[in-house]
Amino acid sequence: MAVTVKIPTQLRAATGGAATASVEGGTVGEVLDALYVQFGELRDRIADDGGLRRFVNVYIGGEDIRFLNGLETTVSDGDEVTILPAVAGG
Amino acid sequence: MPPESLTCKECKTVYPLEAKYVCERCFGPLEVAYAPPAEIDADALRRRIQAGPHSLWRYRDFLPLANGAPRGLLPAGWTPLLKADRLAERLGLGEVWIKNDAANPTHSFKDRVVAVALARAKELGYEVVACASTGNLANAVAAHAAAAGLDSYVFIPSDLEEQKILATGVYGTHLVAVRGNYDDVNRLCTEVAGEHDWAFVNINMRPYYAEGSKTIAYEIAEQLGWAVPDRIVGPIASGSLFTKIAKGFEEWIELGLVKGAVPTMNGAQAAGCSPVATAFAEGTDICRPVKPDTIAKSLAIGNPADGPYAVELARKTGGAIDAVSDDEVRQGIKLLAETTGIFTETAGGVTTAVLKKLAERGDIDPNERVVAIITGEGLKTLDVVRGTFEAYEIDARYESFEEKVDLPAEVAA
Repeated sequence: MAVTVKIPTQLRAATGGAATASVEGGTVGEVLDALYVQFGELRDRIADDGGLRRFVNVYIGGEDIRFLNGLETTVSDGDEVTILPAVAGG
Repeated sequence: MPPESLTCKECKTVYPLEAKYVCERCFGPLEVAYAPPAEIDADALRRRIQAGPHSLWRYRDFLPLANGAPRGLLPAGWTPLLKADRLAERLGLGEVWIKNDAANPTHSFKDRVVAVALARAKELGYEVVACASTGNLANAVAAHAAAAGLDSYVFIPSDLEEQKILATGVYGTHLVAVRGNYDDVNRLCTEVAGEHDWAFVNINMRPYYAEGSKTIAYEIAEQLGWAVPDRIVGPIASGSLFTKIAKGFEEWIELGLVKGAVPTMNGAQAAGCSPVATAFAEGTDICRPVKPDTIAKSLAIGNPADGPYAVELARKTGGAIDAVSDDEVRQGIKLLAETTGIFTETAGGVTTAVLKKLAERGDIDPNERVVAIITGEGLKTLDVVRGTFEAYEIDARYESFEEKVDLPAEVAA
């Protein structure tokens, strides 16, 4: 299942400047694991023991994965996964 | 206290004072760090503040600007602190004060944060400013940008109160109404801010912006005669205002400008959007996001950036974070209006309703000096008071007046 991951500017140093990446995976967790294989440095930046760091938001098609099934949320071919900092707004 | 760096609140990584808000190492929020002051002469510093302008720029020594007070901006801050004896009496409390931040240029506390963000944006050479807003910020950014001659883009949820939409568009901003709630607007703006080099006041300028809220604490302390109140009751949306008020008191206590401890901090949320109150009640600092459903639209942030810090602060100071229903919010607006003559918007209704709740629960000692933070103006959310009172409708004849209008009870002779 190929999905597109949008990389925020703050993480592009770890992706060689790439703003998007195309990876395979059946759940958000698998998609992120595939992303870490492609760009090893990303894991340290956004992942925590067993999950995401608390100031990282992940969306599928604009919906926060915490309203879905978290890292277990299934993804479909062509879905767009967006990673964004959580500290904005207010 | 010159600003020295941006420092990550989580991992303490240090960055230069640029338009940057996220730690690239851990994604934590960046905060302005100041150089430790040299020898402090508290008396001289108090005199210097008192000789300053009647705006938040009297506190420029504590704000993250390189060049001191800027010119050509709207005069935000220095709003009234009013002793609310009738409200205190109604609630059975000893001493209650209202910090009325509706008395700002665009009628909400957002003028403070925008003043600081725009001043810093100008220093950094930006010509376009922008924001993601629940309404009050939209008013403030559009107005301050107009005053400063900057181009502006203001993003709002499309279902915002009409008064807030009209009072933004009038300033000639690029008003972008997004089909979605505030959290959708915020997510979109976070993406836009990554691609366009604009000064988004509450995104890439957020470390500077947030510092503006400290001035509420400075003013309260100065207006109380250089004293710290025992308790603060204030609203929580993202949690930024709430935490920065405490930071303001903390800084002045450390500098010796005031004595005492950081007040007990009580946060107020609407039950229809209470991720921070829920986290507090559950004894965690993880604020699970919610889909807001409340009349208090200015507090309708379902995914609060500073939620964890707000919870920690309430806990650390012996306070709490409470939520109130929309009906209680309406009653809160009326209670404040009837006892103080101040007409506040829904956020102020939330704060007043929580103050009432704390009083009824017996959380507040009669000897305490309490300050409630009223962040915005009632004329911006007129719809919610419709139907909360009745008018007499009469003919233009004296008899009709005598017949229909209740007169005050006769004073006993």
